Amino acid sequence: MNYAVVKGTSYILVHARDMVIHNGTTQTTERVINPDSEYLKKLPNHLRSFEDAVAYLPNQIYIGNYKPEELEKHPQPWYENPVEGADRFGKYGEIMPEDEFIGLIKIVDTFDLVKLTEEFTNEVKAKLEAHPLMREDLIARLKTGEDISTIEKLIEEQGAEPLLTNGKLVGCVKRAHDVDENLSAHVLLENLVSKASAVLAGLNLIAKNNINPEDIEYVVECSEEACGDMNQRGGGNFAKSIAEIVGFKNATGSDTRSFCAAPTHALIVAASLVQSKAAKNVVVIAGGSTAKLGMNGKNHVEKGMPILEDMVGGFAVLLGENDGVNPILRTDLIGRHTVGTGSSPQAVMSSLVTTPLEKAGLKITDIDKYSVEMQNPEITKPAGAGDVPLANYKMIGALGVMRKDLERSELNDFIKKHGMSGWAPTQGHIPSGVPYLGFAREDILEGNIQRAMIVGKGSLFLGRMTNLFDGVSIMVEKNPGKVEEEKGVSEEEIRKLVAESMREFASHLLQN
Amino acid sequence: MENQKRVKELTEKYGAENVVVIVGGAEAEAVGLAAETVTAGDPTFAGPLAGVQLGLRVYHPVEPEFKEAVDPAVYDEQVGMMEMVLDVDEIIEEIKSIREQYCKFND
Repeated sequence: MNYAVVKGTSYILVHARDMVIHNGTTQTTERVINPDSEYLKKLPNHLRSFEDAVAYLPNQIYIGNYKPEELEKHPQPWYENPVEGADRFGKYGEIMPEDEFIGLIKIVDTFDLVKLTEEFTNEVKAKLEAHPLMREDLIARLKTGEDISTIEKLIEEQGAEPLLTNGKLVGCVKRAHDVDENLSAHVLLENLVSKASAVLAGLNLIAKNNINPEDIEYVVECSEEACGDMNQRGGGNFAKSIAEIVGFKNATGSDTRSFCAAPTHALIVAASLVQSKAAKNVVVIAGGSTAKLGMNGKNHVEKGMPILEDMVGGFAVLLGENDGVNPILRTDLIGRHTVGTGSSPQAVMSSLVTTPLEKAGLKITDIDKYSVEMQNPEITKPAGAGDVPLANYKMIGALGVMRKDLERSELNDFIKKHGMSGWAPTQGHIPSGVPYLGFAREDILEGNIQRAMIVGKGSLFLGRMTNLFDGVSIMVEKNPGKVEEEKGVSEEEIRKLVAESMREFASHLLQN
Repeated sequence: MENQKRVKELTEKYGAENVVVIVGGAEAEAVGLAAETVTAGDPTFAGPLAGVQLGLRVYHPVEPEFKEAVDPAVYDEQVGMMEMVLDVDEIIEEIKSIREQYCKFND
């Protein structure tokens, strides 16, 4: 089969310090229920500077400046042991400060919903002009800015959402309708943040992988936001809106949703589009979420830690036709948690991991690396959620013991060899399966590993439409280097063959 | 919260002696909290079982009492993997201590 290949990836982060306070749901809920709480008072003292966020090793790994293995070697806690000389720009992407990102929110706004002050517009324009990826046409979209009094009026009288950075009001997002909650300033801000961070991932995908944006024919977006109005609340289409700003002129696209499992679903969809020749080059893309900022903030503050959930994440992956070089996506070896699978952890893991292995005739140990929910344990452990990747590796290892692929005494070695410590921010779909894909491509191309499994899981029950859980997995493998040619037979060839047979037949007749 | 409500309603409908709660937490502490909730009442005083001492029988699937009561093949298929992953001894110790302190039924 002519599988699709992973041609490139990009990973970006945005340091969203003030958004933690004003847009994270843990904080916004607390302000409603308990406006004078100790937590809200202490919170500002626990926010990190941009420099601290850049020097945080898990963030450096996310943008590709260090490999995941570095986490094991680095002294803990990671937040107290900054990376010396850390760069905001990385091999796979970048970490953007909040002020530049607010500028980008304005840039991606096509309905004049974002208003920035004149002063801030001038400041951010200068910064974005110095940014290596911001094209002139994008910077021009910043326009000239507004008077601060206009912005204050929109916030006070018309329900606009304030935009702040370093504690200072610099702009707002207006509502787009007087009554429709789906077009409220709150929803629009969330959607614009998702769009802007996805755009940043798209721009980095082009730049870091030498891609011609005009070659992209389809975009699959896989975030967790919903875009639409009161008559079609999740109408979409983030994908196309992102493609428009990034410059994928020849692309259309659509949105794929399945909570945190969506990126892996999107990979499968995109790989299938390429393999079926419906599109030659397909981009899978997602931006991040403001709602999840500071989600476990109460635990972090209680334990005297910095708020580590101050990063909005984003990523993009380019899949293309088999080039005989890049790693292939095995669409014939997919793990699917089906309706009938059941919800016990064992049933879930078996359907995602062992079922495709059985089909391939492989052992648990034949997969060099499993990329599961790669949440940073330094964020989840203080909140009582444990070490999520480790829990997954223990389960996969235990399945291996049950299948007799390894001895029980080998479990710890298995986890070390086939697992990784998590580094991704707790942004739902962002840490799910895909954070390792960039490294997987690199490790496979360098010959360090043969194959990896990308596993995505999602909590569908949160939407209250089903009690079911969800998950899918796909194997990424070293390209065997063979690009099979399709051997079709043309009409001309058929005529030639028929003519040859007739001649042969005639010569037989003559001889006789 | 929703689960607390369901446990309370089922106990009122069928009687505490006819209800057994199986809790599925992965960490001993979480298992202990859930077990305490359905025996001594919600320790966080946040849900419908705050101050309600149901004293129900409560077990975790990795406990021998539960394991012996079910088909070994089904157990192996549904719980075998988690039994290997979880800190079974710690979970049993925690839930047993809760049962001994707060469960109304001595069996």
